[in-house]
Amino acid sequence: MFKTRKRVVEAVAGVDLSVRRGEIFGFLGPNGAGKTTTLRMLATLLPPSGGAASVAGCDLQTQAGRIRERIGYVGQAGGSDPEITGRRELVFQARLYGMSLGAAQKRAAELITMLELEICADRAAKTYSGGQKRRLDIGLGLVHDPQLLFLDEPTTGLDPQSRARVWDEVRRMHDRGTTVFLTTHYLDEADALCDRIAIIDYGKIVAEGTPEELKRAVAGDVVTLTVAGDQQRALDVIKDEPFVREAKLDEGSVLLYVDRGEVAMPAILRLLDTKGLTLQTIGLHRPSLDDVFLRQTGRSLRETAA
Amino acid sequence: MKLLRDTWLVFGRYFGLFIRNPAWVALGVLQPLLYLVLFAPLLKSIASAPGFPSGGAYNVFVPGLLVQLGMFGAAGVGFSLVSELRMGVIERLRVTPVSRVSLLLGRALRDMVSIVVQSLILILLSLPFGLSIHPFGVVVVLALIALIGLLTASIAYAVALWARNENTYASIIFTATLPILLLSGVLLPLGLAPQWLRNIAALNPLSYAVDAARAVFNDHLSDPSVTKGVAIMLVLSIVAIVIGARSFGRAVA
Repeated sequence: MFKTRKRVVEAVAGVDLSVRRGEIFGFLGPNGAGKTTTLRMLATLLPPSGGAASVAGCDLQTQAGRIRERIGYVGQAGGSDPEITGRRELVFQARLYGMSLGAAQKRAAELITMLELEICADRAAKTYSGGQKRRLDIGLGLVHDPQLLFLDEPTTGLDPQSRARVWDEVRRMHDRGTTVFLTTHYLDEADALCDRIAIIDYGKIVAEGTPEELKRAVAGDVVTLTVAGDQQRALDVIKDEPFVREAKLDEGSVLLYVDRGEVAMPAILRLLDTKGLTLQTIGLHRPSLDDVFLRQTGRSLRETAA
Repeated sequence: MKLLRDTWLVFGRYFGLFIRNPAWVALGVLQPLLYLVLFAPLLKSIASAPGFPSGGAYNVFVPGLLVQLGMFGAAGVGFSLVSELRMGVIERLRVTPVSRVSLLLGRALRDMVSIVVQSLILILLSLPFGLSIHPFGVVVVLALIALIGLLTASIAYAVALWARNENTYASIIFTATLPILLLSGVLLPLGLAPQWLRNIAALNPLSYAVDAARAVFNDHLSDPSVTKGVAIMLVLSIVAIVIGARSFGRAVA
């Protein structure tokens, strides 16, 4: 759907990616990684200081006007006015895209039904719950049925139930053929929702692919353990064993990337025992996107996002 | 055509927000009204001083008040824009194909309408105090005040988009408006001022608007100062609209 080649010094440098028509593409990274900046540039809100991008088939540098007709953008803050009713906002937004009053009212009514905003559509938006407001904001981005929708952290600050509603909404857009480009700092969101993901850190893409591909790149299994006393001692004991591909300390526990967890675990237990270290906890799990992030950046996304 | 349509749409949105809160009209009129009741009587006794224009205290003072209303009434409009920036409203509007000129003009015209309404109320309230003015003069004065409002609002929006927070915006606007008002002869005619002060005031475009308004209130509609004042405000308004619209094109929330 679009390609971009950016070389912006401060916020975003080395973002080079392509999103295919009709997919849900996730931009995953900690706060301040450059996700929003990239999104703003692609949505024509921020002029890139260099590089090139093609968005919805149009050139970002020369055809911003045509891009605006084809894309929708829902920013983190939302964009609806608390004093105005949801219906009025939707009608106004539709008219900005050139619809007649009648067509705009019809479209607003469709979106209100689709997003299940009937009970609050004629109240001022300041009375909305967090989930209702977010659905209204998404509706504002959808009035002109864009080919491509940008969602900047669509579920940040929402309760789990509202979050699930937004996910459903995104999947429905996807089913209708809309390309969705969203940013998130939630791993589970990227994992559950996105067809493909790019991981961004310090303005650079550090990994790109389907969630499965990315997880497969972190080969083998992940063993997490803690011992009584100093974790560093346990790390020193284990890290040079042949079955360990990589070992590091993370959030007060020892993290080991191993080929086969079920074989490594008994060996680890024996080793710690002979060295007189008391094992407190041990766990085995398949790699998650957090492991991907940790491998690529050396930091855990969980601690960075907090 | 698209420009007119977009401007009308944006105007409609902000006018709708405005009339839901009619208290602002009353508050806008309150301050000049206080000047009228609590300050203008002082002028009666100095109206005979050398350098004070003829026409009576109120016919000299009310035009100044109107100019002040036009400027102060529009100087604060950027506050709502700053909060809209924070709520993402401006970003949401900028991502649509709406004309950037309309984003500025629709709002500024709403402010202009509000100021014209307030000015009209102030003129009517001044009549019992002894103000006398020709109906056609009212039309000319309202047009002049409308331009001042349009000019000030456009600049206020540009400053708000640049400042992006209330504190910066407030300090810029209030630091700038006070000397402009003092150097325009709003409160007391510059005829009373020493020569050096008059020289500085001659550089202040708003002083020509005050001269024009006073000439109208003295039934000197054909006085060259009227055309001059209106022309200066018109040109500056156009420049301010261009600057304001460019700010909307560039705005980064």
